[in-house]
Amino acid sequence: MPGLAIEIENLTKEYPFGFLHLKKKTSLEGLNMQVETGEVFGFIGPNGAGKSTTIKLLMRLIFPTAGSARILGKPISDVEMHRDIGYLPEQPYFYDYLTAAEVLDYFARFHDLTAADRKERVERMLKKVGLETARKIQLRKYSKGMLQRVGLAQAILHDPKVVILDEPMSGLDPVGRREVRDIILELKKDGKTVMFSTHILSDAEMLCDRVGVIVGGKLRGVGAPGTLVDMKTQGMEILFELTAESNVPLLAKATRTGDRYRLQVAEEELYAAIEQLRATGARILSVSQVKATLEEFFMNLVAADRAQASAVEVSGK
Amino acid sequence: MKRAGVVALNTFREAVRDRVLYNLVFFALLMMAAAIAVGQISIGIEQTVIVSLGLSAISVIGLLISVFIGVALVSKEMDKRTLYALLAKPVRRWEFLLGKFAGLVLTLAVNTAAMALGLVLVMIYVKHSLEGSDAAVLVAVYFIWLKLALIVALALLFSCFTTPLLAILFTVGLYIVGLYVQELRNLPVEVMSPAMAAFTRWLSYLLPNFENFNVMALAAHGRAVPGALILQNTLYTVTYCAIVLTAAAAVFSRKNLK
Repeated sequence: MPGLAIEIENLTKEYPFGFLHLKKKTSLEGLNMQVETGEVFGFIGPNGAGKSTTIKLLMRLIFPTAGSARILGKPISDVEMHRDIGYLPEQPYFYDYLTAAEVLDYFARFHDLTAADRKERVERMLKKVGLETARKIQLRKYSKGMLQRVGLAQAILHDPKVVILDEPMSGLDPVGRREVRDIILELKKDGKTVMFSTHILSDAEMLCDRVGVIVGGKLRGVGAPGTLVDMKTQGMEILFELTAESNVPLLAKATRTGDRYRLQVAEEELYAAIEQLRATGARILSVSQVKATLEEFFMNLVAADRAQASAVEVSGK
Repeated sequence: MKRAGVVALNTFREAVRDRVLYNLVFFALLMMAAAIAVGQISIGIEQTVIVSLGLSAISVIGLLISVFIGVALVSKEMDKRTLYALLAKPVRRWEFLLGKFAGLVLTLAVNTAAMALGLVLVMIYVKHSLEGSDAAVLVAVYFIWLKLALIVALALLFSCFTTPLLAILFTVGLYIVGLYVQELRNLPVEVMSPAMAAFTRWLSYLLPNFENFNVMALAAHGRAVPGALILQNTLYTVTYCAIVLTAAAAVFSRKNLK
């Protein structure tokens, strides 16, 4: 059984606000969560759900109101533990007067690497994140996506055992996102533990062994993407084109996109529907099962949370 | 300590690349203009005018750098969030603070030394020679640098718990008050209530005493600065900076970043 890379116990963060800071806003409420060694863990939730707060608490950029956390068995207050951790901040920003090679060399110096080792690692990282040709350009001239790549490079530069990435796909074009996905998979292959936050659910579904869903500062579910949602078939979808004008009643239920139609029917009605469509001369392009997705699970949670928030607001009035 | 050194060298590099040392061009032009003007208008008081002007310029330029960059040392890193990736490395927050402080003090040392060299060159141009008593000018420059280090420490402390604008106001305010600490000590305590007298005395020792760093009059007239004062000012600066930086580290180590 794999050990635990990250253990979070009852982690709570409240922010005081208002006159004399008498009011408190709870950003994170009693979070209990574990990330196993060697797994890719996705931390998903809408904006403001508490993902970045959790990660900042783990990195000791902010301090908890209550609770504790351990990484690789050591309390997060242990600074030396950071030798084994790589961290990519959300929308990273670095010293813009430095070049990519200089900023990576600067960060490498905190890991007691020899000059030769630093040089070799910096070169390797620049190549890995596709910044070899831009290595001598000051970061002030970098695009958001390029800064994200520098951020990723500095996070994995020292070969950490645990990599924590806050919105690693943010600001990247499709090519960049693909490259980040490849890097995450490569890290997993090398036995590293990766925890990353995202609100792009397809990335989480594609990469993660397990995901934690956080909404409104509370953890709403943890598990493999497939086990979180009800995997039962919810219906069948028929994709078809019409070869001639038709006014078959089924068409009223279909959704048209260009020349193509999508029709969702119950599993037991599938063959009858296909017969009707064929009778009108429709060309069936595909038939597929409709299953609940992580997105639907996620959206249901968000909708429930918003409904609860408005109910509290109304009762408060 | 090694990590603080890495931060310090990067802070120095930042100052150089952000063209902080360009102020030296302004200083050079000012001293050249002064040298030409002094040669034409003063009779026998060249040294006094040149040294007073040079030391004042070194002090004012240094003050501007130490206050404005001193306040920005940490606040800019928090504001731009460049600190996030750094604090995720095995670096303690006090090491970061110490590094930022040392980096700016190093920058000020290079800047002040370059201006001092400029001043000495102008003195040679005006007087055609240097005398042993001119060493007082170098001591005056050293005292200015000590004073600037103290101001950087104060700016750093204030920037750890308030906005940059307020931190600038507090630093400048404390500097001005610190110029008159001796007046506070000279107050007639015998006419005060014992409590007030004790408070005044306590306050006069708590506030930074910047008056002791001013030996411009001695330097301008080529008089030697007492060795005891050099030792006293050095120890005072080291001790005061250590206390202020410890307080700054205590505040910063519990600070929630944005």
